[in-house]
Amino acid sequence: MTNVQSIASSSVHTEERAHEADHPSSLVAAFGADQPLRLDCGIDLAPFQIAYQTYGKLNAGRSNAIMICHALTLDQHVANVHPLTGKPGWWEIMVGPGRPLDTDKYFIICSNVIGGCMGSSGPASTNPATGKVWGLDFPVVTIPDMVRAQAMLLDRLGIDTLLCVVGGSMGGMQVLQWTAAYPKRVFSALPTACSTRHSAQNIAFHELGRQAVMADPDWHGGRYVDQGTHPHRGLAVARMAGHITYLSDAALHRKFGRRMQDRDLPTFSFDADFQVESYLRYQGSSFVERFDANSYLYLTRAMDYFDIAADHDGVLAKAFSGIQTRFCVVSFTSDWLFPTSESRALVHALNASSARVSFAEIETDRGHDAFLLDVPEFFDISRAFLESAGKARGLENGGAAS
Amino acid sequence: MSIQQALPLTGVTPGRTGNYRSDHLLVAEMVQRGSKVLDVGCGDGELLQLLESRGIDGRGIELSREGVNRCVAKGLAVVQGDADTDLVNYPDDAFDYVILSQTLQATRQPRVVLENLLRIGHRAIVSFPNFGFWRMRLQLLVGGHMPRTENLPATWYDTPNIHFCTIKDFVQLCEQINVKMERAVALDLYGRPLRLNLPWWFWNMFGEQGVFLLSRAEKGK
Repeated sequence: MTNVQSIASSSVHTEERAHEADHPSSLVAAFGADQPLRLDCGIDLAPFQIAYQTYGKLNAGRSNAIMICHALTLDQHVANVHPLTGKPGWWEIMVGPGRPLDTDKYFIICSNVIGGCMGSSGPASTNPATGKVWGLDFPVVTIPDMVRAQAMLLDRLGIDTLLCVVGGSMGGMQVLQWTAAYPKRVFSALPTACSTRHSAQNIAFHELGRQAVMADPDWHGGRYVDQGTHPHRGLAVARMAGHITYLSDAALHRKFGRRMQDRDLPTFSFDADFQVESYLRYQGSSFVERFDANSYLYLTRAMDYFDIAADHDGVLAKAFSGIQTRFCVVSFTSDWLFPTSESRALVHALNASSARVSFAEIETDRGHDAFLLDVPEFFDISRAFLESAGKARGLENGGAAS
Repeated sequence: MSIQQALPLTGVTPGRTGNYRSDHLLVAEMVQRGSKVLDVGCGDGELLQLLESRGIDGRGIELSREGVNRCVAKGLAVVQGDADTDLVNYPDDAFDYVILSQTLQATRQPRVVLENLLRIGHRAIVSFPNFGFWRMRLQLLVGGHMPRTENLPATWYDTPNIHFCTIKDFVQLCEQINVKMERAVALDLYGRPLRLNLPWWFWNMFGEQGVFLLSRAEKGK
């Protein structure tokens, strides 16, 4: 059994990644000991910091601000070159001049979530009390904790009400938490490819990913930084498993089929004979270059704990009773991670609360990740929804960024 | 399919007055300004746009995904849903008016749908093609085949309209389930209202469609 490559060589970006966790290549809002972040686990986190990016200009009436909430493995670098990978921002297709989230009209804010590894306080950050990396000493955070931190950032920026909160997947969970926790601060909400609670199947996939990380000997009980290692193999496997859930059978088949990778015949080994294997290995190894393993544990855990109804006597509609926020819920037909049925349950609850809600299911075979891809129908819907929200809020066409 | 393309209406091609369908204008006229309206089977949102332009808070349910997405892309508050199965999810008295425009005949359980309309809304506005229209009768009597008209061009085997009724049938149903008819209008083939003082049998013969403003009858009546 020769020539069999295991996934991922050692991380070349370890130092840059560690630097980014404390000194991000973006704006930073630092909160001192007098402004702790109240966490659901009962701990007051202080001091802490939030790394964020903004695009466009806040208008004089401070009424054109849109908050983007990012998904599990994304970050605040929505529409600029990523400082670690050198690749374009993850949502440039959606955010920019003339795009649906038009930076000529709107003031766009995106912050790295608490527990993340791109500059907001998280397990990869330095614990100010010890001068060492937090690791597993960092308190477990939840989706409500992330949103609470974002609300503190909004206070810091002097913005009372957001024109819209937008996000897909874990970002969509944050959108829903925003509307449940701060309904008066959210004029409209665009939750996409998400759910009001994480399903058993999704928790199961996350547990698979976490176990892969923790089974890697380089994990060292979470203290890998002290050992000068990073569990890149475990994290890559976690990413590979996760990545499969973001796609669909049809999309994988269309993209790869059973085609071989740079060969015509099987090698009768466990090398990556198939293109799909090679693709997944690439996804795994490129991910570990930019992401911290412990952060992956924390963020998947936050998603697992998410259940809005549970915080409202088990009745989802109670979370939204009397809400004035305008909603546009979007799901994708081939998304089996957050299937349309979950969005429909949300819509029923919103209807029962007499909320103003639109719901569109978009036909695509591209799976959960469709919200990040070139799906024109999604752009049309997002653009029109924001325009109608802007109109209702009294934003003047074209003159918003004055 | 691009959602900018025209959405074909299922089996109904109504007359128009200016930019709007004539039956829509009549419906819009029945709705008080400032009220909250649910349009069940809202198609591509034409009626909702008309209502919103008149300062009415409109919401919609539409069965077809293309229809919903076209509505949402117009900035309307529309959700994908089925009149037969999804009305039960709405709470009592959630709307001032619930509108069912040219859709009743396509539902599986028209009676249950009608009852739900008046549970969700204080008033309901229902419009439907009148199968008692003289041209329908003539085609069946003389031609011996299921009627097809300009407004109902589908053949019997591919029509979504599975529960046709006449104006007379509908009035009987309203009486049976204790629904009060506040206003009833029959429109001719060109979408013009027939004169008010004509007898029911005349409406049933010469009305191409019926438009009814309904409310709950007071208990005990």
